Amino acid sequence: MEESSPRMTRQSAPAEPGLVLSGCWTAARLAEPAAWSKLRAALRACAAPQASQWTWDLRSLDRLDHTGAQILWNAWGHKWPANVLLLDAQRSMLDRVAKFSVPPPPSSRLSAWQVFLGIGASVWLVLEHLRDGTRLLGQLLLDALKLVRAPAKGPWRDVSGNLYRIGATAMPITALLGFLIGVVLAYLMSLQLRQFGADAFIVNILGLSLIRELGPVLAAILVAGRSGSAITAQIGVMRVTEELDAMRVLGIAEGFRLVLPRAIALAVAMPLLTVWTTMAALSGGMLAADLVMGVTPAYFFEALPRAVQVSNLVLALGKSVVFGLLIAVIGCHYGLRVKPNTESLGRGTTASVVTSTTMVILADALFAVIFKDIGI
Amino acid sequence: MTPTASAAVGTAPSAPAAAPVVQIDKLWSVFRTTGRDAVIHQDLDLTIEAGEMMSIVGGSGSGKTVLLRQILGLERPARGQVTVLGRPASELSREGAASRVGMLFQQGALFSAYTVLENIAFALKELRTLPRALIREVAMVKLQMVGLEPSQAHKMPAELSGGMVKRVALARALVMDPPLLLLDEPTAGLDPDSADTFCALLRSLHQELGLTVVMVTHDLDTLFELSTRIAVVADKHIIVSGSPREVMAHDHPFIHDFFLGERGQRAVALLHDRTEAA
Repeated sequence: MEESSPRMTRQSAPAEPGLVLSGCWTAARLAEPAAWSKLRAALRACAAPQASQWTWDLRSLDRLDHTGAQILWNAWGHKWPANVLLLDAQRSMLDRVAKFSVPPPPSSRLSAWQVFLGIGASVWLVLEHLRDGTRLLGQLLLDALKLVRAPAKGPWRDVSGNLYRIGATAMPITALLGFLIGVVLAYLMSLQLRQFGADAFIVNILGLSLIRELGPVLAAILVAGRSGSAITAQIGVMRVTEELDAMRVLGIAEGFRLVLPRAIALAVAMPLLTVWTTMAALSGGMLAADLVMGVTPAYFFEALPRAVQVSNLVLALGKSVVFGLLIAVIGCHYGLRVKPNTESLGRGTTASVVTSTTMVILADALFAVIFKDIGI
Repeated sequence: MTPTASAAVGTAPSAPAAAPVVQIDKLWSVFRTTGRDAVIHQDLDLTIEAGEMMSIVGGSGSGKTVLLRQILGLERPARGQVTVLGRPASELSREGAASRVGMLFQQGALFSAYTVLENIAFALKELRTLPRALIREVAMVKLQMVGLEPSQAHKMPAELSGGMVKRVALARALVMDPPLLLLDEPTAGLDPDSADTFCALLRSLHQELGLTVVMVTHDLDTLFELSTRIAVVADKHIIVSGSPREVMAHDHPFIHDFFLGERGQRAVALLHDRTEAA
């Protein structure tokens, strides 16, 4: 820019001491660090008592904007100085600044009482979550009954769409992660087992841990991160754009059209993904066992059915149905709670992922305790 | 005060007085959709002089908002040139853009995570030099300039009504006193009363600050109330631009439908009343 930076010059004529302002007193120019530090020092000098008699000459300013005017007004101590030379336009701008110069209202500070109320509010919030969650579950049950009574009227297109988005598109990532976990686990175990000469037990360890625990949990955590967040974001955006309200006005039940299809899709996709992930993990483990310990795939296939009872597979599939339902219900719950602003949308999505991951692991622990005598 | 080239008042004109604020030369806007290209603008020319209040009108889908976005440098023209304040529009969104141009988006586009005051002060705060107290004071002045109460400073955008959102967005656009202000449907979504007060506010700011204003609007009342010049986009270019009277005298089916339809007649009657009363 060819415009000059803001300056203040002291008039040295003894008869009429004064200040001549020149340059561009606009926000962009004033904010240049060099110009600002120089100007701040000059302005500080103007606070001296004898400065009140100085003449302020604004006429040779290139430009003055509201920020510049505010700086001047502050330097003058929020009142017009005795002697000031300025143009009409500058006067009207300074007048406007003078008229509107009020301290901003204090932002509310937290008092002890408000903190106390805040704690109470968080208790209410937990209860509210429980109430809404229960209501959602109940509604889901009613919708499922409705679907059983009239299957032809079901939202099958939504179900198949969600099945594809949640299930089919998750296959590459779950396979990759499953495979890698299998490899890592097999390597780790092989080092330990070799010390005891119990190489053959790699099949038992891998088979049981992957089929019974890691397969379902790994798949569920991946889906919770991937699809749980997507469900919350989808429904949340519908809230922000008033689509949910539009649905309600059109007489379409959001539980039946939004929650039910996602719950069905996840309940179906989750066991399938679990099988898929477990298979990938087992093949990874098999490969690593062959490379490190020389346990051949042929032996692996032969020993696996003996090591792992079928009841483990049933338990894994049953668990993953529950995980799928949990992820769907939690995703929808947080999605429906989103308020119509973007910040709430972000918070809801985060909370949804955190909650569904936690709940999946919690449910898994419950399953482990309840079914501790089965299949081992 | 006579309108100057800049919102900031100055003695020496900062830019040569004759230079237009916005100059669009042979602009082509093309949207690439799968399969075929949709040409929105074809050899569109438009010049906007300093101090003008220019309205761009046109049918739905004629690319008025696209034109605004081209001026802002948010979209790149397929061909042709857009020059804003003597520089190519594509350079506009670089640092310090807030001191060159202000934009009022149709929905306000306030940052929903910030309070009203923080929204207004955002551009100033990003300069990272000026003291926080000064920034707050400047933002408070802007807040009141657009007719809001100081008590609304700490509200969140989600708590504001549509008219207040527009006012806050206007204050945010004006915070660094840019010489050029763009408005996308400034009165859309406001009730007639708020629309009238918003128009009056825009008019007074235009006069006081000497802004150059470019707006896109469908609202005939706003159009006649504010604009000193109207440009009509139809058939992929500007078919006519001039004072409201000149534009209405132009013979084109779109102008006929737009201004001389039933709604148009009513607004035009108001225009006549006003000029006679004046």
